[in-house]
Amino acid sequence: MGGRESDMVLLDANGIRCDGRRIDEPRRIMIKAGGLKNADGSAYIEFGDNKIIAGVFGPRDVHPKHMSDTDTGILRVRYHMEPFSVSERKNPAPSRREIEISKVIKEALAPAVMLEKFPRTAVDVFIEVIQADGGTRCAALSAASVALADAGIPMRDMVAACAAGKVADTVILDVNNEEDQAGQADMPVGYMPNLEKITLLQLDGVLSAEEYKKCVETGINGCKLVYELQKKALQEKYFQNGGQQN
Amino acid sequence: MTSSVLDDLKRTQILELLEQGKRTDGRAMDEPRKLVIDTSAVPKANGSAKVTLGDSVVVCGVKIQPDRPFPDMGDKGIFICTAELLPLSHPSVETGPPGPDVVELARVVDRGIRESHMVDLSQLVIEKNKSVVGVFADNVVVDYDGNLFDACAYAATSAIMTSHSPKWEMVNDVPTIVGDQDTPVPITTIPVSVTMAKIGNHILVDPNADEWACMDARITITTDSNQNICALQKGGTGGFTLDEVVKCGEISVRIGAKIREIIKQAASNGQ
Repeated sequence: MGGRESDMVLLDANGIRCDGRRIDEPRRIMIKAGGLKNADGSAYIEFGDNKIIAGVFGPRDVHPKHMSDTDTGILRVRYHMEPFSVSERKNPAPSRREIEISKVIKEALAPAVMLEKFPRTAVDVFIEVIQADGGTRCAALSAASVALADAGIPMRDMVAACAAGKVADTVILDVNNEEDQAGQADMPVGYMPNLEKITLLQLDGVLSAEEYKKCVETGINGCKLVYELQKKALQEKYFQNGGQQN
Repeated sequence: MTSSVLDDLKRTQILELLEQGKRTDGRAMDEPRKLVIDTSAVPKANGSAKVTLGDSVVVCGVKIQPDRPFPDMGDKGIFICTAELLPLSHPSVETGPPGPDVVELARVVDRGIRESHMVDLSQLVIEKNKSVVGVFADNVVVDYDGNLFDACAYAATSAIMTSHSPKWEMVNDVPTIVGDQDTPVPITTIPVSVTMAKIGNHILVDPNADEWACMDARITITTDSNQNICALQKGGTGGFTLDEVVKCGEISVRIGAKIREIIKQAASNGQ
């Protein structure tokens, strides 16, 4: 955690957080499937003040060719933040942070995607953070998962993601930017809700053994909320009358 | 360390053995390999450690020097930990900019130490907003036998614990060494990471190179001296259940405590 000293009251006496949420309440989440014309699949997510677009291409030919695998398709993920997405301009070149996040998102999606059905091909996932406000990797993973489904790529499950954390010695759901900077712990969780598998898990900040367990459970609960919105987004695009297949 | 046909064959054998509760090198599931720490490796550095974990060899050197503070952290010193795979450590390592695996390695090792608040950065200020002390712990991997996360973390932690630095004061707006007595780096806790591989439904502590090459997923959990969990990273293309994640947390506290004693012993020999 940043551990920066701040005058902000992260949790008031009534259990209300700095942005007015309760401890188990996520930010406003809006997910839309599709949106991009040229991509094979796409999704747009607003997660609090995060605004993120995900686009999927493939399965398609692998370039460079030596990366291809004769046994399975490969998944490639690029997570990228626009220079204007954060308060101080970010250098557009990929940072070490973005390289790491690209890798953990790829590894979080991989167990869900049936890549073995498409040997010698690549599925490319491009994630662009238009505006960032804490918890971008979770929002990005949730959007990427919807984009993969929108591309019609066979999947074992969706991957939903939400962070849990600790502020003012209390375990909370969905850490925002202020809570990330001044709070005590941040734990992004990626989860396959039907297979009950955690596919993304990171933590920075100090937690006791009990808090650790509670944090993972809280994160999983958040993932389940996100999962419902992911399904809804796909239903809205493909079954326009609210999920009733005719 | 890309996977090969040989790794697939080894995976079959490793899984068969795991079903009988055995590992290829005869260790128990929660048994790390032999850890040897030499804290007199690089006398010209402010602190150093050569760590041998199984056949993985890592050298960490700590350099301490005045630096400008980060703009939003003018009242804190700087701590940076890096990790690099040397081309002589494995035939698959090439020179050039680090790939995602190495970037992740360096960031996870840095995060474990940083998030534990091991180095008391508030004591490393020369003049607020102007000049602070920077502690740089650079790991180089000399030989590869799996689980570099823990090897680098133990090397960096041991090296920091044995580090001594001069004292600086601002003289004519320039940080200047005063006195001739080096003092230890201010330490608040001893972070210890424990990396576990998941192969099939088995959780293995400190995977060796063969286990590393064929694992489904891995998890690295860092605990501090108070048995709190302070950093975690899941990796690999598999998933963990909630129960497994909780179990890994318990293992990391228990095994971490044992390794902390080895690090403490090595650090006290080096001082």
